[in-house]
Amino acid sequence: MVGPGRSRCCGPSGAAPAMNCRAEVLEVSVEGRQVEEAMLAVLHTILLHRSTGKFHYKKEGTYSIGTVGTQDVDCDFIDFAYVRVSSEELDRALRKAVGEFKNALRGSGSDGMGQISLEFYQKKKSRWPFSDECIPWELWTIKVNVVNLANEQERQICREKVGEKLCEKTINIVELMNRHEYLPKMPTQSEVDNVFDTSLKDVQPYLYKISYQITDSLGTSVTTTMRRLIKDTLAL
Amino acid sequence: MDTDLSSQDRKDLDKFIKFFALKTVQVIVQARLGEKICTRSSSSPTGSDWFNLAIKDIPEVTHEAKKALAGQLPAVGRSMCVEISLKTSEGDSMELEIWCLEMNEKCDKEIKVSYTVYNRLSLLLKSLLAITRVTPAYRLSRKQGHEYVILYRIYFGEVQLSGLGEGFQTVRVGTVGTPVGTITLSCAYRINLAFMSTRQFERTPPIMGIIIDHFVDRPYPSSSPMHPCNYRAGEDNGAVYPSVEDSQEVCTTSFSTSPPSQLSSSRLSYQPAALGVGSADMGYPVLFAGGLNAAHPHQLIGPGKEGGVPPVPNQPAHGTQADQERMCTPLDGVHYSAATPSSSEDTETVSNSSEGKCGSPHDLLETIFIRKVGAFVNKPINQVNPPESPETESPLQGSLHSEGSSGSSTGNTHDDFVMIDFKPAFSKDDILPMDLGTFYREFQNPPQLSSLSIDIGAQSMAEDLDSLPEKLAVHEKNVKEFDAFVETLQ
Repeated sequence: MVGPGRSRCCGPSGAAPAMNCRAEVLEVSVEGRQVEEAMLAVLHTILLHRSTGKFHYKKEGTYSIGTVGTQDVDCDFIDFAYVRVSSEELDRALRKAVGEFKNALRGSGSDGMGQISLEFYQKKKSRWPFSDECIPWELWTIKVNVVNLANEQERQICREKVGEKLCEKTINIVELMNRHEYLPKMPTQSEVDNVFDTSLKDVQPYLYKISYQITDSLGTSVTTTMRRLIKDTLAL
Repeated sequence: MDTDLSSQDRKDLDKFIKFFALKTVQVIVQARLGEKICTRSSSSPTGSDWFNLAIKDIPEVTHEAKKALAGQLPAVGRSMCVEISLKTSEGDSMELEIWCLEMNEKCDKEIKVSYTVYNRLSLLLKSLLAITRVTPAYRLSRKQGHEYVILYRIYFGEVQLSGLGEGFQTVRVGTVGTPVGTITLSCAYRINLAFMSTRQFERTPPIMGIIIDHFVDRPYPSSSPMHPCNYRAGEDNGAVYPSVEDSQEVCTTSFSTSPPSQLSSSRLSYQPAALGVGSADMGYPVLFAGGLNAAHPHQLIGPGKEGGVPPVPNQPAHGTQADQERMCTPLDGVHYSAATPSSSEDTETVSNSSEGKCGSPHDLLETIFIRKVGAFVNKPINQVNPPESPETESPLQGSLHSEGSSGSSTGNTHDDFVMIDFKPAFSKDDILPMDLGTFYREFQNPPQLSSLSIDIGAQSMAEDLDSLPEKLAVHEKNVKEFDAFVETLQ
């Protein structure tokens, strides 16, 4: 398994000053029943760092921030525990996306390889009738390889190994988060929806979307599904 | 050089660093309590949740942290360290981790204190929440109980990593640049735990169905005492510590999308307190089954014997503390008392009133200092560092050793750990004095049936042939009965 690879990719063509979107890649090999927990662990760890309390704007351009609670989660199929934001809405949204990814991995045409991506983006308002532009500023890709195990002993070893790997990934994620690279500027009240997902009632993550790809046995991508998990989708 | 920093910014920065240090300690200790932590998000700011994170404050932990800091802040050459160690019921202990909050000289003059530094400190705390769950000590702490407990110790000054053994690893949690230096948070952790199966430390059911959570008293004359990570929130143990939520220590929750000019200022005042002795009580060791490295002497030396640091004469004289091994911290301890939670200032000047502390803390200490543990290995005496104060030993120690000696011990005196014979749930001494594994091996290869062996088979055949005529005669007599029986079956 390879550690995170860093690369830079440009934003969509046409974006005015070139805004680099940093991209990080994580790879894990897991057993089928571990897919869901492993993905949730990584996604929640990332979103823990990319969520803030709800903003409450006051007069004179000031705002206050709500409080983010956290909770421990124990994995059932992996010797691993992680911390997630205490938000049932956020957890449901991630579970839904991961559930779809898991089902797609199990589907025919897949040899158990795929990747799930978590992209943070900003919205740039465009004039009517054009829809707003989504400019990514951070992209996390988790490449998954599902392995089949023959017996219980191998499964037990896999539990421990995957747990160790997720520990490494957590350390990698934390290291990258603490490089304090580009983060969107704190928005004014009128622009907060361009930067943050304000649809949740208890926390406020940066605008994000989750997508996944499944690789068939030939190594080509057969399914690309975009799921918009933001409330104010602008699809026409 | 902070000549460019306004006085307000300087005050704010000092306060942020101070509360960051306190919250760091809370996060680390709470992550080693052995329980899952859960706090709620709140959409409305409460004004008391520093760094916009819901991190509960255990008063005792805050008290110990403030005592260790003694009014100072982490600075170059002065680090705040939280040491996590593990202790067995037999007194063996082992350092597991050292979490260090340090400051170096690299300054970032351009950074905005009230906004960027604050948010980055918040991010760093989130990283700390994540990292505290991935070091090896987390899994051990989740399994602490009858065999071992987890201890924490806070100290201020130079980082001491020697207790971690060889080849310890370091993980950096993160850094935050400030105009006065760069804050770094890291963890050095022992790795030879990886060679020890964590299954050795599975919880065993309490003996006789009684849940016993008492611990042997191990006085700690080290510069700062060890404390257990087994705080039970909500229990009224009567110990009253100054609450950190002072009315005047309002955390900054207001931000401005314009240049920061409208933040509420909070008073930050600390004065180097005239400090008395630090408390050396409240050692809640993590008792640990299994032979580990011999206890570190500096943790287990008896009262008054640690490197020349005498008890401060003006320490409170109430029972509990007088019984304990009290050592001064190098920075002088803190006169603490059952101060009311409304102690206003940030200073640590508290009276030596012992009233508030006499009752329940003493009871609490009593309860924690009587330990009964399950199956322990019978370690050779010379490997164990016995406590120097026999009067505080558990009266049950003798019974423990006798119990342990009845079990088999395969420990080598020089091994880092000793095999423990667990008695699994289905093994009953009164029926088969063996464990499941032994039973399985023994009965895996049963002896061959005697009737299948040739000699015996031949003999029995001859006997059968001889007795055949008699049997036939008997059966012929009962023919009618047999026929009637067959008819009933049809």
